[in-house]
Amino acid sequence: MTDSRERRLELKGLHSWYGESHVLHGTTLHVNRGEVVTILGRNGAGKTTTMRTIMGIVRKRKGEARLDGHDLIATPPHKVARLGLGYVPEERGIFSSLNVAENLTLPPVVKSGGMGLDEIYELFPNLEGRDKTVGTRLSGGEQQMLAMARILRTGADFILLDEPTEGLAPVIVDEIAKALVKLKALGLTIILVEQNLKFATASADRHYVMDQGQVVDEFTNERLVSDMARINAHLGV
Amino acid sequence: MPDIFGMPVAVLLGQVLLGLINGSFYALLSLGLAIIFGMLNVINFAHGAFYMFGAFVTWMVMSWLGLSYWPALVVVPIVVGAFGAAIERLFLKRLYQVDHLYSLLFTFGLALVMEGLFRHVFGSAGKPYPVPQELTGVLKLGFMFLPVYRGWVIIAALLVCVATWLVIEKTRLGAYLRAATENPSLVQAFGINVPLMLTITYGFCVGLAGFAGVLAAPIYQVSPGMGSNLIIIVFAVVVIGGMGSIGGAILTGLSLGVIEGLTKTFYPSASSIVIFIVMVIVLMLRPAGLFGREA
Repeated sequence: MTDSRERRLELKGLHSWYGESHVLHGTTLHVNRGEVVTILGRNGAGKTTTMRTIMGIVRKRKGEARLDGHDLIATPPHKVARLGLGYVPEERGIFSSLNVAENLTLPPVVKSGGMGLDEIYELFPNLEGRDKTVGTRLSGGEQQMLAMARILRTGADFILLDEPTEGLAPVIVDEIAKALVKLKALGLTIILVEQNLKFATASADRHYVMDQGQVVDEFTNERLVSDMARINAHLGV
Repeated sequence: MPDIFGMPVAVLLGQVLLGLINGSFYALLSLGLAIIFGMLNVINFAHGAFYMFGAFVTWMVMSWLGLSYWPALVVVPIVVGAFGAAIERLFLKRLYQVDHLYSLLFTFGLALVMEGLFRHVFGSAGKPYPVPQELTGVLKLGFMFLPVYRGWVIIAALLVCVATWLVIEKTRLGAYLRAATENPSLVQAFGINVPLMLTITYGFCVGLAGFAGVLAAPIYQVSPGMGSNLIIIVFAVVVIGGMGSIGGAILTGLSLGVIEGLTKTFYPSASSIVIFIVMVIVLMLRPAGLFGREA
């Protein structure tokens, strides 16, 4: 069903290293246009590294990684964003020496069609009127919203979201879940790394399970919901 | 006029003003050092040599090309800055991945090589440089006679320092710089060419040292050792202000110049070490420096 759609991201036998430590061991996955795909797995399975390898933050890598036909391995790290990739890191990456407005406008616009400030405040009302606040003085949930908002402003249409709900109160998780549904409706393509299965299944089309630097299983969202035992076996919960 | 601690106020004010002149050089140089340390994590021991280089280029363009002070004020910082950018691209860039000590050793060695080369070619004695025609004469301030040129040094240095601070704190380019200081790989992932920014930053700060060199040429002898005499004090200033704090470097530079000037009036024999005494005290009470953020 999903395979009839246009392929955007294609990873084939991707390996990567942090210094001497070999983290990705031949990761293979793909993401089609407009899909929300999650990567599930235990801590240390290589989920975050997969994102950092796609973005070129991890430089030592081998194998095949293509976005819309562009070879990501050969792309210098500061040019990856211009292919339309937006990265929302797990630690959120809000800058303490920048205020909220500066944090929000820091990433350069890479494509037309990004959100204007009005749309961003509609999506995340908490951010409105906070321009002069130091970025890291925001609550954890607000920092997460800011980290997403600054990427949405750039017009990036392929978003890597690393554990957006980590450590957040349930009310805030709901708000971020609603935002994610809206982003999907806008046609954005999203990879989501997530531990919270309820959150993951609310908007995702497909799920990959990683273990020890490899993709070990793949589910459609319907299968995952109807076969929780299988995913629980993978995650060891 | 009344006395303070047995010193006429006129003498005190005079020393404060003279202290501000030295402080202007401390501020210009420590500002560059602080930015380079914050952005590149490099302890730039060659900063004094670039300052000396700036003074010599000023002398050279006058003696060899007939270029006067005012064009030199623009041309020399550009030449020195371009030289710095080339050094960053060719050498320093390769050292970011390894321990800080390597870049410290490299810049220290570069300073020795530059100083040695200039000593070989020009001798140790130094070259005189005239005060520009427009800035000769003295200002009568009531409490002292201030040579016009020295007043100009304070104003020019302050303007450049404040402008640099404004660019870093208030502009978009400055936001990139601050963000890249915190988390370069994320800024790069947002699509900003961080390596190019590092080259420009280093070149700009080295250009600031070159600018200080132009300002210094008419006051001090243009000599190969002028940078190494100054750089140790400037490092003390950066440590006192807090490594990586831009505003802190400017304020500390100026105020330590004043403290040094005042020490000259009250207890002249301590004037050459007073900055280091302040440094020891600050390090004991606030190890991160007066304006530094605690790690």
